[in-house]
Amino acid sequence: MKLKFASLVAGAVMAAAPAMADLIVPNLSYRTGPYGANGTQYADGFNDYFTLLNERDGGIGGEKIQVPECETAYNTEKGVECYEATKEGALVFNPLSTGITYQLIPKVSVDKKVLYTPGYGRTSAKDGAVFEWVFNAPANYWDGASVAIKYLLDQNGGDLNGKKVALVYHNSAYGKEPIRTLQELGKKHGFTLTEIPVEAPGQEQKSQWLQIRRDKPDYVLMWGWGVMNQVAIQEAANIRFPMENFIGIWWAGSELDVLPAGDGANGYKSLTFNGVGMDYPLYDDLKTHVIDPGKASQGGEHVGSAVYSRGMYAAVVIAEAIRKAQELSGTSAISPEQLRDGFEQLDITPERLVEIGLPDFGPEIKLSCANHGGSGMARLQQWDAAAKKWNLITEFTEPDAEVLAPLIAEDAAAYTAENNITPRACD
Amino acid sequence: MFYREAGDFKTSYRDDGQTFPIALDRWGYYAIVAVAALVVPFVINDYWASAILLPFLIYAIASIGLNILVGYAGQVSLGTGGFMAVGAYSVYKLMTAFPEISIIAHILLAGGMTALVGMAFGLPSLRIKGFYLAVATLAAQFFLVWLFNKVPWFYNNSASGQINAPERTVLGWAVTGPAATPAAKYLVCLAFVVFAAWIARNLTRGMFGRKWMAIRDMDIAAEIIGVNPLTAKLSAFGVSSFFVGIAGALLFAVYLGAAEVTEAFGINKSFLVLFMVIIGGLGSIFGSFAGAAFLVVLPVFLKNLLVGTFGWPTDLAAHFELMIVGALIIFFLIVEPHGLARLWRLVKEKLRLWPFPH
Repeated sequence: MKLKFASLVAGAVMAAAPAMADLIVPNLSYRTGPYGANGTQYADGFNDYFTLLNERDGGIGGEKIQVPECETAYNTEKGVECYEATKEGALVFNPLSTGITYQLIPKVSVDKKVLYTPGYGRTSAKDGAVFEWVFNAPANYWDGASVAIKYLLDQNGGDLNGKKVALVYHNSAYGKEPIRTLQELGKKHGFTLTEIPVEAPGQEQKSQWLQIRRDKPDYVLMWGWGVMNQVAIQEAANIRFPMENFIGIWWAGSELDVLPAGDGANGYKSLTFNGVGMDYPLYDDLKTHVIDPGKASQGGEHVGSAVYSRGMYAAVVIAEAIRKAQELSGTSAISPEQLRDGFEQLDITPERLVEIGLPDFGPEIKLSCANHGGSGMARLQQWDAAAKKWNLITEFTEPDAEVLAPLIAEDAAAYTAENNITPRACD
Repeated sequence: MFYREAGDFKTSYRDDGQTFPIALDRWGYYAIVAVAALVVPFVINDYWASAILLPFLIYAIASIGLNILVGYAGQVSLGTGGFMAVGAYSVYKLMTAFPEISIIAHILLAGGMTALVGMAFGLPSLRIKGFYLAVATLAAQFFLVWLFNKVPWFYNNSASGQINAPERTVLGWAVTGPAATPAAKYLVCLAFVVFAAWIARNLTRGMFGRKWMAIRDMDIAAEIIGVNPLTAKLSAFGVSSFFVGIAGALLFAVYLGAAEVTEAFGINKSFLVLFMVIIGGLGSIFGSFAGAAFLVVLPVFLKNLLVGTFGWPTDLAAHFELMIVGALIIFFLIVEPHGLARLWRLVKEKLRLWPFPH
């Protein structure tokens, strides 16, 4: 019985391993669990872009891309299982979970796999000298916090003295990330910061919004994900908090978050580092090669949504890095080491985005050995409840490097000390 | 037929009272331990270690711990996740504060720390019973998770509140941190499992175990025959939490490597371990293993079968996995409310009589 079971498991594991010839980019997705609604859209966008490349161009540089999917349910233990199950031959991981990212950061440096965490994960991974295998371009949470504050400065003629800013955050590694930065920015610009934690998954926020109603902050920033966003926006509408003073991080900026509140959500703003909507030439190709032949992930029901676009954008950056790596190494079947070099030489210019068919879709990304996080530029979008769409309201804005650089150096130094590693030399 | 007991005579009380009185069982046990310790480390790979064997062994320790409390002493606890968190954060603070001391000592100390915390939260058990006690331990669960999330000292003031296990070695082999080999991690967990099962088995058939069972079966009667409920209940909480703390320490340091208290040690973990104990069999060491295997290995197996072999979409497979595991839990509880351990015992009885059951 035991033997039979073991052999069955072994057989199943063997069957799960993909053929070795192609380039393998596992998709550690979550379509179930508390954040499944968002995770599904992201995973669809990620899958569909690679399907498009395979169908239209025959892969990248003649190599087909395989995207084996593994369900993590946003759970770290399942994330470990998925990582181990898919790492054979894999090039790069994108787990879309800050918790799983923290777990994988030490592992990928031993296994020599690239970890790409656009807009999430460990912020100090921007320091490429310390985090050799981790990339978090185009923007990280501290960039997001800084861009949001810059926007508020703009709105107030460059002066936030005496203003009150409340941060409503998911009480987890993810939500706590921006606190240090916002505290520093508060010192610099003279606003007071109130931290208001929301316990995961965030269905219960009555007391938090009562506190906001009582304190009357001028602005509310939100670091939320999944159901927490919907509840927060609904509660904000309930207490008639002015929506234009409510700014969410990019993970709190999907259609799913604002639709339940109906007209109440009109004017809600969120950060974003990618374009939204279907007004890009790429979608014509996507329609011809992926959606119409019925090859879209999950039937293509989420195409063009904010989170779908972000998943697609992650795939675009990975695909560009693969292309760069092929160019640098002169071989089409690249190794993870070569992909890392490709990431470090990555240069996605606005012209290149036009070529891809996504003009002005994301910021310019230029990485180097020392800089794994890019410029950190992000922009703001605003929800139009009547038209049910997001409108981009600012251009890409640079974060305040003067505040962020020392914080990143400090956190990276803490990581090197804790794990006893020597940073690489980056010239 | 399967159990040939002819000629297997017991000539002393010691022989008669041993854990595996049937020779075949005994040899089977020795064989399993030998294979686990001498063969598996040489064939184990990253996937088998991280996805199947480490969680199985670690949850086996946790469910042995909880089984002592719930199965032997009859005190319901929903605080297991919180107590595992105590183990994890203790070992984190110890291993970062005293890097020169062996990680094995730290894990044992983390167990000891959890035992103290467990005894403190066990105090209400002297006054309240049953569901009310469950609610009191639930308070422990929420309080402990809140505490580890709230006070930055526990996570060394890291920006995100995550704790990360740095590399520590045993006899020159890394067992924590990313460079640890699967065999080293596996052997450390195996050693703790064998240690835990051995201690638990011997405690539960000795004076302590009899006191716990007396309290479980009828506490007033137990008090009348001279069992001190204070020491019996608190020792059950202490021993149980010791093992649960070790499991939490191993879960964080050896298995996950990084953890976040709300995610890794939430109320779900308390329920998971409680279900392991109930499905495996209350008051049975074997049941703790069976329950852990059922709830850890079966979902992974189903996932690989449905996604890997049948090629189903991952979300469909994940939903089916929940349904199948749920249905099996209900099936087992209806067919055998006393758990997998009782089922195994019945099978064994049948095998002893087979092929002449009458």
